[in-house]
Amino acid sequence: MANTKAHGDNYINFEKGIWSWLTTVDHKRIGLMYFITVMFFFLIGGIMALLLRLELFAPNAAPNVGQILANGDVYNQVMTYHGAIMVFMVIVPGIPAILGNFFLPLQIGAKDVAFPRINLLSWYCFMAGAILAIATFFTTKIDTGWTFYTPYSIRTGTATAMMVLAAFIMGMSSILTGLNFIVTVHKLRAPGMTMHRMPLFIWSLYATAILQMLATPVLGITLLLLAVERFLGIGIFDPKLGGDPVLFQHFFWFYSHPAVYIMIIPAMGIISELITTFSKKVIFGYTAIAYSSLGIAAVSFFVWGHHMFVSGQSETTGIVFSFLTMLVGVPTAIKMFNWVATFYKGSVEFRSPMLYALGFMFLFAIGGVTGVMLATLPIDVHFHDTYFVVAHFHYVMVGGTLMALMGGYYYWFPKMFGKMYNETTARISFVFIFIGFNVTFFPQFILGAMGMPRRYFDYIPAYENLNKISTVGSWLILIGFLVGLYTIVQGLMKGEKAPMNPWGSKTLEWQTSSPPPHDNFSVEPVVTAGPYEYR
Amino acid sequence: MSTDNTVHGAHTAHVAHHFKTAEQQYSSGKEGIWLFMLTEILMFGAIFVGYAIYHNMYPAMFAEGASSLDWKMGFVNTLVLIFSSFTMAISISFIQKNEQKKAVLALATTVLCGAIFMVIKYFEYQHKFHLGLFPGKFLDVAKVGAEHANLGLYFGFYYVMTGLHGIHVLLGMGLITWCLIRTIRGDFHSQYWIVVEGVGLFWHIVDLIWIFLFPLLYLVG
Repeated sequence: MANTKAHGDNYINFEKGIWSWLTTVDHKRIGLMYFITVMFFFLIGGIMALLLRLELFAPNAAPNVGQILANGDVYNQVMTYHGAIMVFMVIVPGIPAILGNFFLPLQIGAKDVAFPRINLLSWYCFMAGAILAIATFFTTKIDTGWTFYTPYSIRTGTATAMMVLAAFIMGMSSILTGLNFIVTVHKLRAPGMTMHRMPLFIWSLYATAILQMLATPVLGITLLLLAVERFLGIGIFDPKLGGDPVLFQHFFWFYSHPAVYIMIIPAMGIISELITTFSKKVIFGYTAIAYSSLGIAAVSFFVWGHHMFVSGQSETTGIVFSFLTMLVGVPTAIKMFNWVATFYKGSVEFRSPMLYALGFMFLFAIGGVTGVMLATLPIDVHFHDTYFVVAHFHYVMVGGTLMALMGGYYYWFPKMFGKMYNETTARISFVFIFIGFNVTFFPQFILGAMGMPRRYFDYIPAYENLNKISTVGSWLILIGFLVGLYTIVQGLMKGEKAPMNPWGSKTLEWQTSSPPPHDNFSVEPVVTAGPYEYR
Repeated sequence: MSTDNTVHGAHTAHVAHHFKTAEQQYSSGKEGIWLFMLTEILMFGAIFVGYAIYHNMYPAMFAEGASSLDWKMGFVNTLVLIFSSFTMAISISFIQKNEQKKAVLALATTVLCGAIFMVIKYFEYQHKFHLGLFPGKFLDVAKVGAEHANLGLYFGFYYVMTGLHGIHVLLGMGLITWCLIRTIRGDFHSQYWIVVEGVGLFWHIVDLIWIFLFPLLYLVG
């Protein structure tokens, strides 16, 4: 293009200086800015998690090692920040805002997202909300848990209002990203790129964007009402003033249940890409996988009541929600079986992104099956608020989303930075994370079944051994991520120059140089076949 | 940075570099604004659900609250907003016909109507404050002689719903003023008006929400 003479030949050196980054409307640069910020918050949230596990290493009565954190209040605060940071600042924006921003236009052969300036605005919204959220840490630290349940969140003397406003602002960022993606998918596909020729990652981002658009506004108004309730005491959620605290739970989960699919559906999209690329084989059941993303998105709006089986909602409601929740298992299983079928007669290559994909399938299967268990009304009443639930959602959120995110980073690393990473250290990192994860969270299923309640900062001696194992596991995860960080930094500094298409993938983002030029493609691609025509 | 003038020969100054044609940009913008409207409806939707639940729980209290509002002021405001929607709509049609002067007049009238709405709202709020009809815990039931102990809940809804709507009116006025300035500058013409149309859609949604708020708060008793 005409401008390339005055500028560098790729998006990274296209313009120079920090200002050119802060004012950029290039989706690739915005993706990288999200990458840096989200990784920073992941570090903070991770430190909180390690502190929690350290506190739970032994019961408080144990000599010397019993109590790490000053008291239960501090534990509650650390737990709240771990949850709020990991949910609102890491896994919700994680895949769509980083990898989605970077690869959605590339994979459909567009020059950018439909509204580049709104894309930048969404990053600033995210930063404003995140800074406000972190700022609460320096006032009165909040202790409500990330769910802000009423009436406690109304009465606790902490900076809850500030935190919910922060979440409100970050929600706007999520809405804007979703809106941008939907319009981009509808309007900016390259010639020949029909909906049914889109890579499955795009289908998953599309389903996610619908959820971001439809669910987040309800969370927004709910959090706003919570803040108003704290300031004005209008009695909408406060039973003392004639309000209904359960209404808050309905509103909250109407967003927050779809939100867990905002976290997991794009992860499934990455897995589809990884499995087909490293099996060198066309994905089995393309249409089924594509539509199952939309299926999960659709069902997700009708299952929020399963968070409320013991909240006092009617038994009939509980039973209906129980059955509706089990429906989620159907499209999810469709994806699983199709992935497994893709391996059949493929030339499977165990590169580190593929290891993460396999890790995902193993962990997500456990997370998913325990999800169906918890959807079963009578079982949930027994397991409610125990470590069984904690183990379940970590298997889904960490074992699922984070595994996919890591796999996606390694897969697209050569494209994003134009460098190759060290395969050996990436594999070592995977082994530590995978084993560490299971060591940390599998014992929590047993602890939950034994009756250990979640969110407590102390426990009876009977739970001690399993908690010790769990804490040791958290150190293994730490080692894994440190090795992963080393791999990324080493790759950035000293990695070999990446070729255009190191994995032999068929999707469009690999058909342009690494890293891509400012306008993504030097010649606009014309698509004549589906995304995975390997053989 | 629209360097690529070759594609379809349609690349003019108002088409951003990542769009191929003006039509593609127009339809993208239009879809974007409609999706944004959807989020607005969902956001207000939740608060309407809250209203419905509490109205059902405390019908007599809501009746008492509604009876202390002045429906005449609300009615005048409804007319003002409906008229402003009309002037907003014709401004776009003027721009499409390249009659910028008339469009500027129509946009200015729309902003003026928004201002009239806010002034009337201001007097309503002031009157309520004067009577001690504050939201939530600030409403002293004994002082205002209310029959229902939780009348503050009704006024909580009243102030949150009309307040959130009022913020949207102010935002809309700002956006329309921005369109007005750009129209004077000559940015919009028969080939390019999507920005005004988008702002117009926003304004219509804001009016539409008021059309629901008015009967729910003032008339249903």
